Amino acid sequence: MLTTKRLKLLALPALMWLGALFVLPLLMIAALSFLKRGTYGQIVYQGTLDNYARIIDPLYGDIFLDTLAVSVLTTFISLVCGYPLAYHISRLRRSAQQVWLLLVMIPFWINFLVRSYAWVIILRSQGVVNTVLQSLGLIDEPLPLLYNSGSVLLGMVYTLLPFMVLPIYVSLEQMDRRKLEAAYDLGATPWKAFWHVTLPMTKSGVVTGSILVFVSSIGMFVVPDVMGGAKSALIGNVIQNQFLSARDWPFGSALSIVLMLLSMLLIFLYYRAANAAGAKEGAA
Amino acid sequence: MKTIIALESIEKHFSGSVVIPPLSLSIAEGEFLTLLGPSGCGKTTLLRMIAGFEEPTAGEIFLDGKPLTNVPPYRRDMNMVFQQYALFPHMTVEENILFGLKMKKVPAAEQQRRLEEVLQYTHLAELRKRTPKQLSGGQQQRVAIARAIVNNPKVLLLDEPLGALDYQLRKSLQLELKNLQKNLGITFVYVTHDQEEAMAMSDRIAVMNKGRIEQIASPAEIYNHPRTLFVATFIGENNIFRSGDASIAVRPEKIRLYPLEVEPDKHRMTGQITDMVFLGNLRKLYIRLYDEDMTVLAHEYAGDSRGWRAGDQVAIGWAPEDEVTLRC
Repeated sequence: MLTTKRLKLLALPALMWLGALFVLPLLMIAALSFLKRGTYGQIVYQGTLDNYARIIDPLYGDIFLDTLAVSVLTTFISLVCGYPLAYHISRLRRSAQQVWLLLVMIPFWINFLVRSYAWVIILRSQGVVNTVLQSLGLIDEPLPLLYNSGSVLLGMVYTLLPFMVLPIYVSLEQMDRRKLEAAYDLGATPWKAFWHVTLPMTKSGVVTGSILVFVSSIGMFVVPDVMGGAKSALIGNVIQNQFLSARDWPFGSALSIVLMLLSMLLIFLYYRAANAAGAKEGAA
Repeated sequence: MKTIIALESIEKHFSGSVVIPPLSLSIAEGEFLTLLGPSGCGKTTLLRMIAGFEEPTAGEIFLDGKPLTNVPPYRRDMNMVFQQYALFPHMTVEENILFGLKMKKVPAAEQQRRLEEVLQYTHLAELRKRTPKQLSGGQQQRVAIARAIVNNPKVLLLDEPLGALDYQLRKSLQLELKNLQKNLGITFVYVTHDQEEAMAMSDRIAVMNKGRIEQIASPAEIYNHPRTLFVATFIGENNIFRSGDASIAVRPEKIRLYPLEVEPDKHRMTGQITDMVFLGNLRKLYIRLYDEDMTVLAHEYAGDSRGWRAGDQVAIGWAPEDEVTLRC
């Protein structure tokens, strides 16, 4: 018999990995955010709160708000598109399910950057869409499909949709179909049965998927970089710039910490709202 | 008696194979009808077709004279008690019970009145705020029944509702269910593979085998006058004697044993007792026949024991009225 103590050893490799490569750098970032930047970008070991004070600048406030708006919208659109897809897959025969799940995951096999540039080829002025529309005579001028917030949203939803579909699919798969039959039996129309039984019973999948998509989109910088152009910078791009171009690591660290706290707060609020909705659903 | 449910030439095929060949059945209002058979005999499929979860490949089902073919399950005036209860885990007992009334938009005051009534009736009043996870199997079963009967359905369909419970609980709930059915006057269509359960509760039993109804009759009729070999062997214990094309069934309690020297017109066969099993109120005697390759089972009740012992040679007989000729 394995004792609990020995079972704990099984978690050790993962814990060491996360400890060395995640917790430690995170603590370093937290420490950095309270230090000063020297004239040539070097770190001056002198405590300060200036980095945090700088964030209060409305410039950054606006970018934070933009980022939040894009992330919330991305999450919402992914949910609205992802749930029906997951539902559809879960109702298929086993073999068909495998094929559909494979299709959902195939984009992961291709490098993220490559996929983003593929979108550029499709959407740019001389891109696939515009060329086809022009040759059909439907438009005279190329449509501005790229380098705006719409294209950023498109890219984000495209990239993150699988993170929504998979957890919802799993929770739909785990749901006992007899519960749905019981709802029909008690007079619930298919729509009411979905609303009162299926959706509450798959809430865990919706919550997990939403958090995965939201957290991924709030720190996203590749998609806005490639598909958004200069005007659509999100907070992820600002942080990236602080570290790579501006060489202001302390300020970049402060932005990262604020971003992290903000997403933790939002996730906490989301959990609370989801639980309250569950309780209300039960009482309704 | 008024017919509440009529099945007319119902058929069901699953991907090409016939699960239920054409079958007709009529169920009287207020009766307790049990569909009894081994697993895979089509009894649950039949019940699910009545409920509307499966569509018959051919034929028509009538509820109170109206055809049900195009009526979805949520518009059929009947309710089902599911095998594993299928309670809603995210709702309390109370919310589970109210679900049907809410879906049908019953006025709030009426909902409350019926809820209180059914909570009293099923002894669930104190558990009303619990969720299904916090209940025992027997309590969950009560909730499943309460959730169904609160809707005052014309017909209650029950799919092995006691299957998941232990023996003692099953025994006491059998009686409760029977009383419930009598008091409410609702028609019960009950599916089980447990013949004892079927015997204890039903007004009529439909014994099913390979999608067909082999016999439909009262429990006593089924027991005393089985029509087919399947019914004779599936319900209770039986001795089957074959003579030519015909088969004759004689229940073990009807078998009489005599000493060998008793005059031959009283007995028909001779043999030797090979095994005896003591069961308290009775003893089972297994007798190996001399002239045929077969073992006969006889019951000997406490009180009229002849003191037979294993190894004794006996003659076997039965009264002519105790034998049943079977169709094959």
